[in-house]
Amino acid sequence: MAKVEFLGPLNRESIEVDIKSLNDLKEMFADDKELQEWLEICAVAVNDTLVCSLDTKIEANDKISLLPPVCGG
Amino acid sequence: MALELHDGSLHVEDITNRWFNEIKDKNYGAYIPFIGIVRDEKGISGLSFDIYDPILNKWFSAWQEKAKKEGAYLFMAHSRGDVPNHTSSYIAAVVSPQRKVALKLINDFVEDFKASAPIWKYDLIDGKRVYAKQRSTALKGAGLLK
Repeated sequence: MAKVEFLGPLNRESIEVDIKSLNDLKEMFADDKELQEWLEICAVAVNDTLVCSLDTKIEANDKISLLPPVCGG
Repeated sequence: MALELHDGSLHVEDITNRWFNEIKDKNYGAYIPFIGIVRDEKGISGLSFDIYDPILNKWFSAWQEKAKKEGAYLFMAHSRGDVPNHTSSYIAAVVSPQRKVALKLINDFVEDFKASAPIWKYDLIDGKRVYAKQRSTALKGAGLLK
């Protein structure tokens, strides 16, 4: 199972998912209206590297992180 | 450590003096610190921060490599948790043999920090954390799962 982390203001517990690619995760989240608002502005990292393709393959034990807009300093 | 994360406000004099003492005999000609101070505005009592360390560490390491290629070296300290008004939450510093390199690097580094470092800011209002969404910048690739 891969782990999904919701960082910063997303403020949700991590979940474990059985998926083959980020496309599967997109489909999984499609009905979550509260999360949809965030998904428009969230970046996605797989194993702590930002990714830009829904075709990104996901293996068991991968860590997927959702990162909302940032503002350090 | 060149990258430091502290709980609460930064002890500015301790940190900047420690960095200065680390580099003063290494023949750098310039030491340029940037110190961010929390302003009293819009009724806030302070700011609060969440940080995602793994990506912050990677981001900082990439910048350190970039600095090294120019003969420079970077330091950074940031707060996590609550930081009251009129105290510091962020210090960045560059040391370099050359002033012009250091001035350009501190500017580029702080700009990219604002746009890329995985840190989330909240206003502290009536004791509650309110995400500073309007002041935040979406990271590269945002919206992938929408």
